[in-house]
Amino acid sequence: MGMTMTQKILAAHAGLDKVEPGQLVEADLDLVLGNDITAPVAIREFQKMGANKVYDKSKVALVLDHFTPNKDIKAAEQCRFVREFAQRMGVENFFDVGEMGIEHCLLPEKGLVGPGDLVIGADSHTCTYGALGAFSTGVGSTDMGAGMATGKCWFKVPTAIKFVLRGKPSGWVSGKDIILHIIGMIGVDGALYKSMEFMGEGLQNISMDGRFTMANMAIEAGAKNGIFMVDEKTMEYARAHSKKPWKAYEPDDDAVYDEAYEIDLSKIRPTIAFPHLPDNTRTIDEAGDVEIHQVVIGSCTNGRLEDLRVAAKILKGRKVRRGVRVIIFPGTQKVYLDALKEGLIEQFIEAGAVVSTPTCGPCLGGHMGILGKGERAVSTTNRNFVGRMGHTESEVYLASPAVAAASAVTGRITDPDTLLKAD
Amino acid sequence: MKVKGKVFRYQNNVDTDVIIPARYLNTSDPKELAAHCMEDIDPDFVKNVKPGDIIVADRNFGCGSSREHAPIAIKASGISCVIASTFARIFYRNAINIGLPILECEQAVKGIEAGDEVEVDFDAGIIRNLTKGTAFKARPFPEFMKKIMAADGLVNYIRDKYKDN
Ligand code: SF4
Repeated sequence: MGMTMTQKILAAHAGLDKVEPGQLVEADLDLVLGNDITAPVAIREFQKMGANKVYDKSKVALVLDHFTPNKDIKAAEQCRFVREFAQRMGVENFFDVGEMGIEHCLLPEKGLVGPGDLVIGADSHTCTYGALGAFSTGVGSTDMGAGMATGKCWFKVPTAIKFVLRGKPSGWVSGKDIILHIIGMIGVDGALYKSMEFMGEGLQNISMDGRFTMANMAIEAGAKNGIFMVDEKTMEYARAHSKKPWKAYEPDDDAVYDEAYEIDLSKIRPTIAFPHLPDNTRTIDEAGDVEIHQVVIGSCTNGRLEDLRVAAKILKGRKVRRGVRVIIFPGTQKVYLDALKEGLIEQFIEAGAVVSTPTCGPCLGGHMGILGKGERAVSTTNRNFVGRMGHTESEVYLASPAVAAASAVTGRITDPDTLLKAD
Repeated sequence: MKVKGKVFRYQNNVDTDVIIPARYLNTSDPKELAAHCMEDIDPDFVKNVKPGDIIVADRNFGCGSSREHAPIAIKASGISCVIASTFARIFYRNAINIGLPILECEQAVKGIEAGDEVEVDFDAGIIRNLTKGTAFKARPFPEFMKKIMAADGLVNYIRDKYKDN
């Protein structure tokens, strides 16, 4: 029986020729990640274990991104705890205000993850790096503590679902629409414990930024990880961002998949997830008339340069509708600076949007744009659970940067095509 | 490593709220948690459970919240092993990380009833139903997993490793 991409990466890191679904393996880690919320708990576990140094100073990444710049005293103390630990341990990849970004935008940009890597992070969206052909998954703080101490983690080898992508997305359709379409199709538990493996000639029509968006939301279908076959675009990205050696893993011809889906990208329409689950999707044509009060563009899902470019294309020369608060938060300092140099930030501000420093901010209802009772937001983030962005009676509609920007102009959920034609 | 005991048998989707109700989460003391283990699904469990006994359940055991209190309560109640057709993912990780042996084996689950006497050999991956005289093959624990269990969880396992060096 052949192996999937995920199974091959797990086997290679466990020093085995072969693994089977259900098998327990102990594997070597290429990177262990934590943030200002999860790292403090992991550090305490690490100390309980009696560890006094991290297994490799270059393979631990600590990113202060959730409640930073510190939103209150509690956040400040958590950050201080992580900062002091990072200094004591000599952690090389410690990112504080000024150089940080949202962890899942930052690590690939800094070249800390590459194809074939095995990464754990105490954050559920660690699955983002699957876009690079890496195995990466979210774990608990005990696992993170053990990972920092030993450089190892145990895994149960998952089965997988295969998504074969064909054709080319049309118009404004992006990675966000594709993954929302898929989650709508298989459900929030459609890939429980499994890998979602993406392949097929349609891949070449999806940018790296689009793939990060898709892999990021694998967890929203319950998946253990999402992973993309490595192609020219991946290799180009890896070469541009990292000097680390990397390896492309392909599934065996006789790899066994639980299910296989063929997806024609040309048929996908801009897609929106209505409250309160990411699988509650409708196409823009079925969205109806939904009035909104806030638009959020950014996050680890859609806070990359391409996302901001798309938003700027729509907002440039237009005005945000009065009564709609539009908050744009770039994923990293570099994305921010690049957007500034390209003139995107100016276009946003002239349109009437605000631009925030990189932070998780409103994505998890943390700070910088919390919703009040009865308020509705269109957001490019990844979760629309009850109360995710604020009051339990507020609502979040998940969409692409294009739909979010068009909605900012009209104050209602809007098809970018309709907006542009109206001009 | 072998364990033996009487079986408590449950169905699908035993969630973390019935394993240890949220109203008792104001403590993390294993003994106190054990005193309320399974209370909402089986009020007699605490009265009847003896050290070594085994829980057998159908699909998705441990679904719900990510609380580590759930496997801790089960372990502290004296249960030596949980066998289920499948486990919820976070419960699975938590159970192993706190040193509660768990096994997935659908055939065994089908062939075991409440009150049966069952023996589990983790090294060989064999589950024996001594009452019915049947045996089932599960996947044996790999070496590192046996060590985690022997050390009573991941934190101790790593601490022991540091002591050895
Ligand atoms: S942006 Fe949102 S989903 Fe992403 S890491 Fe931050 S809080 Fe989590």
